[in-house]
Amino acid sequence: MNRKQFLGTLIGAGLSAAGLLSMPAVAADTIKVGILHSLSGTMAISETALKNTALMTIEEINAKGGVLGRKLEAVVVDPASNWPLFAEKARQLITQDKVSVVFGCWTSVSRKSVLPVFEELNGLLFYPVQYEGEELSQNVFYTGAAPNQQAIPAVEYLMSKDGGGAKRFVLLGTDYVYPRTTNKILRAFLKSKGVAEADIMEDYTPFGHSDYQTIIAKIKKFAGEGKKTAVISTINGDSNVPFYKELGNQGLKATDVPVVAFSVGEEELRGVDTKPLVGHLAAWNYFMSVKNGENTKFIKAYSEWAKKNNVPNLDTVVTNDPMEATYVGIYMWKQAVEKAKSTDVDKVRKAMSGQTFKAPSGFVLKMDETNHHLHKPVMIGEVQADGQFDVVWKTKGPIRAQPWSPFIPGNEGKQKL
Amino acid sequence: MSAAAAFPVPGDESLFSGRGWTALVAFVIAVTVVVPVLFLAVPETSPLHLSAYAVTLAGKILCYCCVAVAMNLIWGYTGILSLGHGLFFALGGYAFGMYLMRMIGREGQYQSDLPDFMVFLDWKAYPWYWSFTDHFWYAAALVVIAPAVLAFVFGFFAFRSRIRGVYFSIITQALTFAFMLLFFRNDTGFGGNNGFTDFKRILGYRISDPATRAALFAATGLFLAGCLVLTRALVRSRTGRILTAIRDSEGRLMFSGYNPLWYKLFVWTLSAVLCGIAGALYLPQVGIINPSEMSPANSIEIAIWVAVGGRGTLLGPLVGAGLVNGAKSFFTQTFPEYWLFFLGALFIAVTLFLPRGVVGWFVARRAAPGAQGPEAGKVTA
Amino acid sequence: MNRCNRLATVVAVCLGLLLTLAGPAAAALDAAALAKLASEDANERMEAIDAIAAGGDEAAMRVLTALQDGLLRVTPKGQVFIKQRGSLLDALTGAAVETEPEDLAKISINNRMRSQVEGVMAGLRIFSTDPKQRLEAARAIEPEEKMLATLDKALARESVAEIRDVLEVARAASQLRSGDTGARLAAITRLAGSRDPKIKTLLLALLETDAQSRPLEPDARVREAAADAVRAIDRRLMVYDFAQRLFAGVSLGSILMLAALGLAITYGLLGVINMAHGEMLMIGAYAAYATQSLFRARFPGALDWYLVCAVPVAFLSAAAVGVVLERTVIRWLYGRPLETLLATWGISLVLIQSVRQLFGAQNVEVANPAWMSGGIELAALALPWNRIVIIGFALAVLLLMWLMLTRTRFGLFVRGVTQNRAMAACVGVPTARVDMLAFGLGSGIAGLAGCALSQIGNVGPDLGQSYIIDSFMVVVLGGVGQLAGTVYAALGLGVASKFLEPYIGAVPTKILILVLIIAFIQKRPQGLFALRGRSVEA
Repeated sequence: MNRKQFLGTLIGAGLSAAGLLSMPAVAADTIKVGILHSLSGTMAISETALKNTALMTIEEINAKGGVLGRKLEAVVVDPASNWPLFAEKARQLITQDKVSVVFGCWTSVSRKSVLPVFEELNGLLFYPVQYEGEELSQNVFYTGAAPNQQAIPAVEYLMSKDGGGAKRFVLLGTDYVYPRTTNKILRAFLKSKGVAEADIMEDYTPFGHSDYQTIIAKIKKFAGEGKKTAVISTINGDSNVPFYKELGNQGLKATDVPVVAFSVGEEELRGVDTKPLVGHLAAWNYFMSVKNGENTKFIKAYSEWAKKNNVPNLDTVVTNDPMEATYVGIYMWKQAVEKAKSTDVDKVRKAMSGQTFKAPSGFVLKMDETNHHLHKPVMIGEVQADGQFDVVWKTKGPIRAQPWSPFIPGNEGKQKL
Repeated sequence: MSAAAAFPVPGDESLFSGRGWTALVAFVIAVTVVVPVLFLAVPETSPLHLSAYAVTLAGKILCYCCVAVAMNLIWGYTGILSLGHGLFFALGGYAFGMYLMRMIGREGQYQSDLPDFMVFLDWKAYPWYWSFTDHFWYAAALVVIAPAVLAFVFGFFAFRSRIRGVYFSIITQALTFAFMLLFFRNDTGFGGNNGFTDFKRILGYRISDPATRAALFAATGLFLAGCLVLTRALVRSRTGRILTAIRDSEGRLMFSGYNPLWYKLFVWTLSAVLCGIAGALYLPQVGIINPSEMSPANSIEIAIWVAVGGRGTLLGPLVGAGLVNGAKSFFTQTFPEYWLFFLGALFIAVTLFLPRGVVGWFVARRAAPGAQGPEAGKVTA
Repeated sequence: MNRCNRLATVVAVCLGLLLTLAGPAAAALDAAALAKLASEDANERMEAIDAIAAGGDEAAMRVLTALQDGLLRVTPKGQVFIKQRGSLLDALTGAAVETEPEDLAKISINNRMRSQVEGVMAGLRIFSTDPKQRLEAARAIEPEEKMLATLDKALARESVAEIRDVLEVARAASQLRSGDTGARLAAITRLAGSRDPKIKTLLLALLETDAQSRPLEPDARVREAAADAVRAIDRRLMVYDFAQRLFAGVSLGSILMLAALGLAITYGLLGVINMAHGEMLMIGAYAAYATQSLFRARFPGALDWYLVCAVPVAFLSAAAVGVVLERTVIRWLYGRPLETLLATWGISLVLIQSVRQLFGAQNVEVANPAWMSGGIELAALALPWNRIVIIGFALAVLLLMWLMLTRTRFGLFVRGVTQNRAMAACVGVPTARVDMLAFGLGSGIAGLAGCALSQIGNVGPDLGQSYIIDSFMVVVLGGVGQLAGTVYAALGLGVASKFLEPYIGAVPTKILILVLIIAFIQKRPQGLFALRGRSVEA
């Protein structure tokens, strides 16, 4: 091959690649649904299960005849825990694959990364994870909890007689926006309840932190300075294992210093020996151990799907809160599409408001008429020796989300949203 | 140290001694012109129309190409493997990002003058290092100055102590890792894990406008062409010869009376600056920058682009960056689970079978047909 | 529950106990009390616990233990059962039940009830015939005034000095709220010699003020004495604090050392930049997981000893992967360190993704065996067993490696090849074979490190990534080709981190340490311990 040929090939390859990229998706008689969860990289740990849940739900819907007489077709992409790639893949899903809706994202940063894309292209994103609030996009439906649907009830429980009547609090988190904002809200909330500044300790660790010796020693010291102490943990997924192992081995028992976590669910506990952790708490809107018909159905469907698709470690598959939120989100979108008789984003958005669904949590959840968040029940669960949670407290019914926390100054005017 | 002798000496590269060279720059400039035209002027119904997705993707890859060219300067021509080039890229991005963040104005979630992340940290004013970043030209200068200063200081001490080879690679890796940790902290004042995102406008133009996109793409293309011209001029100059000599036998060069320190420092700083500018161009097109750009893995990937394309060749970095990133976009969409297998296999295969990269292989094949395989690159120490 | 009620319970407990001791159990379990354990109302449940404890007999202990362990089940009608491994017992009678009733629901327990159960059980066990149980119970007693009677009774019967000591402290602590100023002062004097942070907490309570910042403790002398006692305890605690940090530092150092030792061989001795080193750690950790799963499935009885078996498994599997890599990839790249770096990075990606496909992206659970759970508590000092074992393990690995390198023929070969490859080959050392085995050895040791790491943190596909940079730092700082350098560097980094961390936080510590290493290398490019000779020039 000579130089000219080589350059020619190169240019040809470049052009054909460009052609491939710009080729419009082939229209078929299906409704395309995007799934934007990391299947590799650090977030694969949590997000793979959500992709599985979404695929299972889509299969379930297709088995019952699809939506508007058309089958759903899942378009799965892997943003590889890489935030710029999230934005790129979101653009690809909307403009190239022409999906009607996207289910995806886990971390706040991935959501922030795709948000401008969804707003620019008027796409529709269902975000299934509990988060810090302080955001309300017309193009996103938030099916996870806002802080008032998770953090505040959990702290109220800790302060109650049943929760041990805690008077001192350690706010411990991974250093990123969700823990920072949540702790800011909690600090304001605790102050409103008369907790003194000196009785609150706030500490952050980096992502992937694995040595909790110093932190636990600090907590012990803090707890030793009088009054009942509780730890409120917003430690991110991966660091929880070393944290809890150290906690157990340094002899900090739940009866002495209970830890309530907002990012630890059934999936995270799979990586931990929970015997030393019995009695520590987690706050969610759903637990796998909840007993009701919907949940039994949900768990059965998921474990069967896992078996059929040979998911690794399938003998220990669990369901958790974000999975339930994904499931609810997809069904609600289906109902909204059927109500709107169209997959058009504006019409679906309108049809979404007030949509209700009987969720595996055992409650009928409602999509708020205005604020794009679900009304959700709050449950406090205690870790059991088998890695499940035992619900020790729950709200009487679903509560409305306050994405703009009233405990953050400047949000007073946004409560009507 | 005869390993490097297998690599082409600049000037040997007949691929670029004459018309080929003109053709390459012409091609880059053509892409720079054609893509925006296809994007803006050709109607959407036409099969030749390029979507915004394709343009941003192509723009991103062009930015990576610039980084690869910069990396090639330091690794391919001077023989210093940096595993921290992602840091300079990110610094450029962050420097320009400060400007873009301030241009959001009150359109953020909190409608505050400060960026959202400062609001949730309860900060009341910009920290000192944010001053003047609302001026475009100051920010643009910062894009050059920040990586340059860091590279100069770090390089000065490292090269003065004659740290080379693997040692140098490892401490550059430590450097970028330290910076990544620093930027991950929210208290550092660069948005922590979320970094900078949700930009609205640049120089008064909305970033989501197709025209702005096209302009950014064209700027990137021109910058890349500039990088190529600069690289070529540099490697063909006297300084370039000395750089190659440093790569091939630093000891001998020193015995000949040269002090490699300033040459190394010059090319190292230049390379960092090019990366910084590429980062600044990358940011508005991609729309987010976060400390994970500084993760050691990203910097290693940059080295891989160069290795795949062929280090010590002008065209190599472009080919490498294009191939690897094209493959990445393809695999993460079509076979998401196999992407890492492919990337890993590519690393291994290139080092074993194509030690001179794709372009080097073409060049060598023409010189001596059939002289390839694992043995070809094997050298006794 | 009011105080009167509680007092009555305690009296009842003691009475019941006396009765138990006196003869056959008179107070049998009450079915109504049992049913109340499942009540919706928390107060009713707590009353039920007290009522059951009042029985004070074996059956009560059995039910309370089962409640603590979450083994109690209840039928909709209120009949309570104890679910044990493979069998179901009637909680009332203790008899085994053949057919499992339908709709059994678990009786849940929250932390408040758990504390209560612990308290009443301690009250029961303090009169046990087993001194070990008595000691445990004495330690678990909540120091409250109402416990005084029980404590006095126990003290009167107690003959073991150690238990008496604990009981006396508990008694003094219970008297801190006594109405008698003299008793309070005496109690403070007794407690001033304590080393227990919990005692400090109790004393601090005496210094508290109410909302109008008036002291809650009326007597100034008591306040002063309490303040003095707190200061005395604080002084003693400082020593413990120092010891705790030192232990934490050594523990971190031993982990760093384990992670870096393998690298010291492959990098230091062979000059191979093995970016896949972290993945060797991961393979070792997954080997531990696989061994644990095997034991769970096949030898559940010996589960506690899976780790002993996992050690050789981890070594061999990582060493095998290492040898295969050396033969297929790395041997082509000797003398080209930068290329090895890239190729091994590729290998690491492939290994990570393979594990992800095989075991799933999620972390897997590797439990501490019972003998490695918990820890030694020396007053304010907590020394977790898993960390102690790992420190010992690291030392053992180091010793073995040193012996192997200095006392065996293979070690001689390795050292010879390290110093002068060409000359070693000339005198007949099979260098290729030595390379392969040394690489296998380095990888195997990394596998051992992974096995140890599985006892501390996550076991997931990304495990190795978080250690690779630290390992390189240790090796580079210590000086290439030197085991001693690796050891000093690892321990130094560990201890320095742990002493800096409480002051400036985890992230700044890490950044500072990295910056210091970079600066140090500028000064001494060959690390702490430079290998003398000509082979250093790469």
